[in-house]
Amino acid sequence: MSEFDAIIVGGGLAGSTAAYVLAQQGLEVLLIERGNYGGSKNMTGGRLYAHSLEKIIPNFAEEAPVERRVVKERISMMTENDAFTIDYHSPRLAQAGSDSYVVMRGEFDRWLFDKAEEAGAMTAAGIKVDELIVENNRVTGVICGDEEMRADVVILADGVNSLLAEKAGLRKRVQPSQVAVGVKEVYGLPAKVIEDRFGLTGNEGTAWLFAGSPSNGLVGGGFLYTNKESISLGLVLGLEHIGESEKTIEEMMVAFSNHPEIAPLIKDAKLLERSGHVVPEAGLSMVSTLYGDGYLICGDAAGFCLNIGYMVRGMDLAIASGEMAAKAVIAAKEKGDFSSATLQSYKTMLDESFIMKDLAVYKNFPSFMENPRIFNQYPAMVSEIMAEMFIVNGSPAVPLRKKAMKHLKTVGLMNLLKDGFKGVKSV
Amino acid sequence: MTMSVEEKLGVNKFFVNEGKPHIEIDPNYPDMKEKLKLVKACPGGLYKLNENGTLSFDYAGCLECGTCRILCLGTVVKKWEYPESTMGVEYRYG
Ligand SMILES: Cc1cc2nc3c(=O)[nH]c(=O)nc-3n(C[C@H](O)[C@H](O)[C@H](O)COP(=O)(O)OP(=O)(O)OC[C@H]3O[C@@H](n4cnc5c(N)ncnc54)[C@H](O)[C@@H]3O)c2cc1C
Ligand code: SF4
Repeated sequence: MSEFDAIIVGGGLAGSTAAYVLAQQGLEVLLIERGNYGGSKNMTGGRLYAHSLEKIIPNFAEEAPVERRVVKERISMMTENDAFTIDYHSPRLAQAGSDSYVVMRGEFDRWLFDKAEEAGAMTAAGIKVDELIVENNRVTGVICGDEEMRADVVILADGVNSLLAEKAGLRKRVQPSQVAVGVKEVYGLPAKVIEDRFGLTGNEGTAWLFAGSPSNGLVGGGFLYTNKESISLGLVLGLEHIGESEKTIEEMMVAFSNHPEIAPLIKDAKLLERSGHVVPEAGLSMVSTLYGDGYLICGDAAGFCLNIGYMVRGMDLAIASGEMAAKAVIAAKEKGDFSSATLQSYKTMLDESFIMKDLAVYKNFPSFMENPRIFNQYPAMVSEIMAEMFIVNGSPAVPLRKKAMKHLKTVGLMNLLKDGFKGVKSV
Repeated sequence: MTMSVEEKLGVNKFFVNEGKPHIEIDPNYPDMKEKLKLVKACPGGLYKLNENGTLSFDYAGCLECGTCRILCLGTVVKKWEYPESTMGVEYRYG
């Protein structure tokens, strides 16, 4: 007899969602988190697309500690001193069903973790799981220090560095080519100052991504999200070629925060926190084992993350996969069978959901992004064309078509066509 | 407003497990390329190259991101575990 129907490892969004859904159905669950509270080890860029949590906890944004609702999207191409920005502002971004919120995980995950506890889950924060118990090729529990705990099923929601899955041979070690490192700084400012600097009112927020000089030639870019009383600023940098970069991550972060586009936005702000985290980036090709006898894997631990350049999505996938893992466990409990044959329903649900469908749609995107022109030559080209358009200094005017052509030729018209075609095909 | 990376880490909340490093490295690892990956990529700036080409490393400011493990476990990085229960970084914002 197991002590629990399910043990869930990891009190991030995937794990707390799974625990919440299971506890609501009256199952005996234990949610274990190594940090002192849910979210204490977690970091994200910023934006949670609401749809998946909305289905589980309707109107969650009214009670959860969310920062701002995004109504303004910005994308900039940057060179060392220039920035070319696309700005899209629309109430449609905030409509129920397609709304998204900037969140900070220390607060947000803590809330969800506590919701799982309120729903009846037993929670254990400040406890690290050291190992999975595997007997006759079946996961039967977890080991924490010198304590063993058993359950009919273990849900692994322990994030991108799932040491547990790796140790138990359920998953291969993550490769540098599959991930990026994220670094983030949170700058405190009064709400009024943020609203003025970004042209926002009330709880409106901005989501802003940057391509070009911020990643200093590496696959990646910068991000900025407005919180209620702070700004999250950071970089995401592919690890594959990071050893060859001439700058360290700190040097890139300093250059980014001192960029003429950014510096005035964080002027007089106080640094509140510096964080780091790895982002799974390889999309579908990094999704590995998802279930087996006595276990399920969800969230980042399963590789469910989409980075498609102008947006990063991992949190809505973590929540939805946590919910599906819980539903598969509920079905298994009804049958009284926790073998891989029954838990396979998890994979079926994933396949039918936006998770696998979206991962499939964008499956060629990670390789498209490896093209160095995207991060170097295109931002430079755009900035040169803009300079030609807007700079008037008394020298005789050249027709715009000619001005632009000169810069398009630098990159190569064939390259431009090829990349344009590949880009369109991959999204 | 220029803060060093150490000063930046100084605003974070850490529970340091004194004398019990969760990461161990080989500071004399011969391949410079491997060492440079860590110097470039650690978001805490915790790996530093000494003048004599060896690495110095301080686990106390570790953000537990796992980057050094992904890049160099088995070469420069000899051991990488999460800190013991309740120890390590604690994000108040995240
Ligand atoms: C810089 C950056 C920017 C991002 N931007 C966005 C964005 O804007 N929008 C978006 O949707 N996604 C974004 N993502 C991705 C998103 O943050 C992740 O996909 C999401 O956090 C995954 O949640 P999770 O619950 O699966 O894992 P995690 O949040 O990593 O949770 C794993 C949990 O398991 C715990 N744990 C691990 N091992 C153990 C153990 N042995 N014992 C006990 N507990 C353990 C950890 O402490 C942690 O609480 C970003 C990521 C980064 C790094
Ligand atoms: S885990 Fe991350 S922060 Fe810690 S030492 Fe390694 S690279 Fe640096």
